[in-house]
Amino acid sequence: MLGRTANGLYWMFRYIERAENSARLIDAGLRMSLTRSQASEDDWDGVLQSSGVRDIYDDLYEKLSSADAIDFLLRDRANPSSVMSCIDAGRNNARMVRTALTRETWEATNECWLDLKAMLARRVKAADLPEAIDAIKRKTGLIRGAFHGTMLRNEIFNFSRIGTFIERADNTARILDVKYYVLLPAVSQVGSSIDNVQWESILRSVSAHRSYGWVYEAEYKPSHIADFLILNGRMPRSLAYCYEKIVSNLGYLAREYGESHAAHATAEETLTSLRNHSIKDVMDQGLHEYIENFISHNNRLGQEISDGYRFY
Amino acid sequence: MMNADNSPRQPYTTYNDWYASQDKARLIAKSKEAENIFRKTGITFAVYGHADSSEKLIPFDLIPRIISGREWRKLAQGIEQRVIALNAFLDDIYHKQEIIKAGRIPRELVERNEAFLPQMIGFRPPGGVYTHIVGTDIVRTGEDQFYVLEDNARTPSGVSYMLENRETMMQMFPELFHQNRVRPVENYPYLLRHSLASLAPPGCQGKPRVAVLTPGIYNSAYYEHAFLADMMGVELVEGSDLRVIDGRVKMRTTRGYEAIDVLYRRVDDDYLDPLTFKPESALGIPGIMDVYRAGNITIANAPGTGICDDKAIYSYMPEIVEFYTGRKALLENVPTWRCSEPDSLKYVLENLSDLVVKEVHGSGGYGMLVGPTASKKEHAVFAEKLKARPANYIAQPTLSLSTVPILVNKGIAPRHVDLRPYVLVSDKVQIIPGGLTRVALKAGSLVVNSSQGGGTKDTWVLED
Repeated sequence: MLGRTANGLYWMFRYIERAENSARLIDAGLRMSLTRSQASEDDWDGVLQSSGVRDIYDDLYEKLSSADAIDFLLRDRANPSSVMSCIDAGRNNARMVRTALTRETWEATNECWLDLKAMLARRVKAADLPEAIDAIKRKTGLIRGAFHGTMLRNEIFNFSRIGTFIERADNTARILDVKYYVLLPAVSQVGSSIDNVQWESILRSVSAHRSYGWVYEAEYKPSHIADFLILNGRMPRSLAYCYEKIVSNLGYLAREYGESHAAHATAEETLTSLRNHSIKDVMDQGLHEYIENFISHNNRLGQEISDGYRFY
Repeated sequence: MMNADNSPRQPYTTYNDWYASQDKARLIAKSKEAENIFRKTGITFAVYGHADSSEKLIPFDLIPRIISGREWRKLAQGIEQRVIALNAFLDDIYHKQEIIKAGRIPRELVERNEAFLPQMIGFRPPGGVYTHIVGTDIVRTGEDQFYVLEDNARTPSGVSYMLENRETMMQMFPELFHQNRVRPVENYPYLLRHSLASLAPPGCQGKPRVAVLTPGIYNSAYYEHAFLADMMGVELVEGSDLRVIDGRVKMRTTRGYEAIDVLYRRVDDDYLDPLTFKPESALGIPGIMDVYRAGNITIANAPGTGICDDKAIYSYMPEIVEFYTGRKALLENVPTWRCSEPDSLKYVLENLSDLVVKEVHGSGGYGMLVGPTASKKEHAVFAEKLKARPANYIAQPTLSLSTVPILVNKGIAPRHVDLRPYVLVSDKVQIIPGGLTRVALKAGSLVVNSSQGGGTKDTWVLED
């Protein structure tokens, strides 16, 4: 396979994952502003930070307002992580690797782009936001479904999956990075309603507010939430789950090509650490440091994959 | 479609009965359905200069254009003769130049031509083939009367529309293909791959590795490049994927660099090799011309074939065909005035309102004047251009093109069409029975180019 094709697949799936993540962050932000007795614009500050685009927002807008923040996250092409920017970029990458995709996967991607472009052509009215966010999740879900249902499990599949999970791990880690302080035992006032809202918001950002209840018997506790998002191997957006997938897909490539790269060692090292630590270890080490360290390792892994497989 | 007495022409009789039995509202609905299929599949092209709408659909008309087997055989013979002559002409102008020595074509027209590449002098591509893929533009003016409009020996495009149009028709109206014996076109990608592989350079060991070279996703024909690579099962590469290593052209794969034997390039000559041609080109591969001249890669079509697309050269095609095949051309040329000749220029200026004036290097319907439909002001502006650079233009009479029916809201209406059959050249000449029919959607218009609002149709050649 061409190095450029591997690169295109990797980024196509990173961008689609990111689009979905941005939609989910908006969803969580909306929910939080509904739940609060006093709606606070500060809620959107956290959302913009989780998305890593607070600086760009400040360059473009004088003050923080929920309407502007939502529009910026949803459809502003000046924001590289907005849903529309991600869908544009994902679809452009899909065009570039068109020959590597099944017709079904390409058509789902193209349709997602056509429909969202029409839907997001104008500012979305507040009343229409839930439907818009639903549509984004549905359309990106269709891409994933077509991809899983029709693609050969070969190197094309592996590079796509690696892109998905590097991005997903980054997204989950960023949410934790911004909100880590509400998970620290010292600061939290157990049972206070403010904390409950914040915790639920974190779980919503990773679409896990329902599943959490099943796993931890509906007991809201910061260490449980951190455990769920970092170490729980059954939770599809946790760091541990993402790294199980990255390591297995890199492993397929190493076996098929008969060679491994620096990326393999880096990914396995991270996975080992995720497997062997308890959430108490993580908290003792310092949640914030742990997450920052993870993000930088995850970035390095992306670079090593790009070098090892000659993306450029 | 119709005879003078208003009965359907012979190849249309079966179709006509079917059409008469159809509910017109359903056909209009089908037409929308076809458009959705094209949009969903992403069968689009880019129109340069349209910033907003970077991707457009080519309108598809669902009434097929039907050609009888008998008429097709005649046409195919003429095309084959012409393609053989084109290859002989190219070989000659880059070697002994006998046609120039014989005084049949002016030396300066060849050697001072922008598309003439001195780098090709004395070099013979593998198999002696210059134009591997040709798309001859043809118009029909009456029963058995065909004219060649252009030869398109450089990089003819549009073949993906031929294939997708057929696919769409077979999906929507399978019954039509039971009732009519339509010759297949679907094996084109297979034939193309084999034709290309058969002309691998002599040094190629093992199975020839073929790749399609595209300028990238922003090129107007990108869809077609990806489609052909996919259908042939070969890599779609860009200049940035390729590098000359150890005298071979190699592509960067996830496992390292791997050699390519045959490159079907959809990049113009000028951009092919920044070391030889435009130094600023980022689309090409530095050093590929050296590899080519050393006989280590086949480039299809060969660099320097574009000279055959020059409209001044075109005007000599009857002489060219006769010179190399020893027989009169079977297909007619449209009479052409070369404005570089003072008498012709005078005639053209005096008769602008009856003529079509084209740039000699132009393509895609850009930069031309259609005299009969242009305004007085446009005539005046064009006359100035002609006087300023006469050698840049040729002029042709407007032919009374035959029409075929298209589906409109009120039923059917006649529109002008042309036809581009696709020809593959290796050790044999293969003409795909069908082609791309382009149709001018505006009533009375003669301009069929997709960049100027033309549409396409499925083209049937019947077995008979």
